[in-house]
Amino acid sequence: MSAGRTLRVFLVDDHRLFRAGVRAELGPEVEVVGEADEVAAAIELIGERIPDVVLVDVHMPDGGGQAVIEAVGRTHPDVRFLALSVSDAAEDVIGVIRAGARGYVTKTISGAELTEAIVRVADGDAVFSPRLAGFVLDAFAADPGAVGGAPVTFDPELDQLTPREREVLRLIARGYAYKEVARELSISVKTVETHVSAVLRKLQLSSRHQLTRWATERRLL
Amino acid sequence: MVGGVAAGLSDRCGIDANVIRLIFAVLTIGDASGFALYVLAWLVMDRQGDATSIARRALADRRSVALALALATLIGCVLLALEALGLGFAANLAGPVAFGAAGLVVIWRAGSDDEKSFLRQVVGQAPVLGLTDRPSRRALMARVVVGLVLVAGGLGGLVATRHPDRTALQAVASAAVVVVGFLVVFGPWWLALARDLALERRERVRTQERADMAAAIHDSVLQTLALIQRSSANPREVTRLARAQERELRAWLFEARAPGSFDASAVTTVAEGVAVVEAEVEESHGVAIESVVVGDRRLDDRLRALLAAGREAAANAAAWSGATTVSIFVEVEPTRVSMFVRDRGQGFDPADVGEDRRGISDSIRARMARHGGTSDIRSVRGEGTEVALIMPTTEDGP
Repeated sequence: MSAGRTLRVFLVDDHRLFRAGVRAELGPEVEVVGEADEVAAAIELIGERIPDVVLVDVHMPDGGGQAVIEAVGRTHPDVRFLALSVSDAAEDVIGVIRAGARGYVTKTISGAELTEAIVRVADGDAVFSPRLAGFVLDAFAADPGAVGGAPVTFDPELDQLTPREREVLRLIARGYAYKEVARELSISVKTVETHVSAVLRKLQLSSRHQLTRWATERRLL
Repeated sequence: MVGGVAAGLSDRCGIDANVIRLIFAVLTIGDASGFALYVLAWLVMDRQGDATSIARRALADRRSVALALALATLIGCVLLALEALGLGFAANLAGPVAFGAAGLVVIWRAGSDDEKSFLRQVVGQAPVLGLTDRPSRRALMARVVVGLVLVAGGLGGLVATRHPDRTALQAVASAAVVVVGFLVVFGPWWLALARDLALERRERVRTQERADMAAAIHDSVLQTLALIQRSSANPREVTRLARAQERELRAWLFEARAPGSFDASAVTTVAEGVAVVEAEVEESHGVAIESVVVGDRRLDDRLRALLAAGREAAANAAAWSGATTVSIFVEVEPTRVSMFVRDRGQGFDPADVGEDRRGISDSIRARMARHGGTSDIRSVRGEGTEVALIMPTTEDGP
């Protein structure tokens, strides 16, 4: 657990105003140890300062958040990422999560909620916004093969959600906070976190065609 | 005829337009000079309502003049080649046809939108010319067939009418020399012009896209920003405006729906319906609605009823709960569609709601029951309210 020490946070966003806003809003549990406004500088500075959590904007020139996550992930696997975006396009969400981000929140999130999300990500848990939960339910909705053809190898461990995971995601999509989900299902918050982390792992590792294809198909609907 | 030239001339000279048309027609049958004259008149006469003639406008466009000259030389070249082959009548046509065609090019480029669209229509009906934006396979086939027939006919005629003796071969050879000569002189210029035109066309498409985008942004974003400045004293109104704008831009960027094109009556699927509900409730109550939709299917009467009940629930939450955000979650499954409307407001005890408040009983419970669905309202004082609506569906269609 991270209790007792301040978390070191790094900001990557090409909008100066937004970085200033986040700095001002974050709670005392976190300390901003640096910021960058472009991909190359971010990769270099993160490698220098080794923060606990990097808040990274999805949309930036030169590859965006995905490029930062991939580059830093290779050299510093302990640094964790929380993606921030104004857009909720499915391909953005799937893209950063598969690159290695442990969560995805939109920029309309309040300071307190963002602080909570950072703490959660630092603890190794996943942060799912209602919209991300909806996307995941959508991506894992149909039986494999029903939409867009079955993957070459189907691994039920990775390519399917358990009924319990589905229930948890549904409640998150309905706007429930983790502790409300826990109360609703009569389980502990830790168990909710375990389920969400399992879903994140599936989202990152599954070879389901839907995950790569669905995002682009959805655009055409 | 086409450019309104005859009518214009008759206006000016007082001669009946039909007489003028007849004169043009007769001259055209003779040696195509009627065609050339007609185009010339089209070029130099001021169009009714326009301040300047096409010719005057065209002179300002250097490329247009170059193009007309190129076409005139090209046609002149072809006709001279025909002449060399002994098809003498062609030479008489050379001047007027070359001039007329060049004139039409100028009209095409400098004419008014009406005139352009008319010419485009004419060209569109002649696939042989291959000037349409995207030549189809059929148009290409038609062009090849016509070309082959012409070549075969020409050669056949040459062989049939005269014996392929020395003179005939000499004529062919000299025609070839003429063509090659023209190609050497004008070829590079024609090529450069064609490339130039392609570039210009691409540039024009890009400019057009930029203009469309600027217009769309002006209509939506700039208007909203102006409204936000005017209502800066009212945070609720500012939030409402910002949310509405955000929704519109999102629809534009990710769903390719142009700003201002949103039409509630055109809604055909569940996801579209939820977007309308979100927009309407945000507009009328000034709270943020976070909606998440999983799956989609075509709307029928039952699903419309579900959306209407959900809309009422969201409006209630926005109006009474005191919460600033209302969540909507809709999941489409093969045999049912469920809709959850949730707020973290003050909550209420359903038993306390007076009989006179018809919203919940009529608009939500009764409406759902009438269509075979179920509704469940859970509310805890101090924690918020959630309305769960479930509508069974038949398993067909997406």
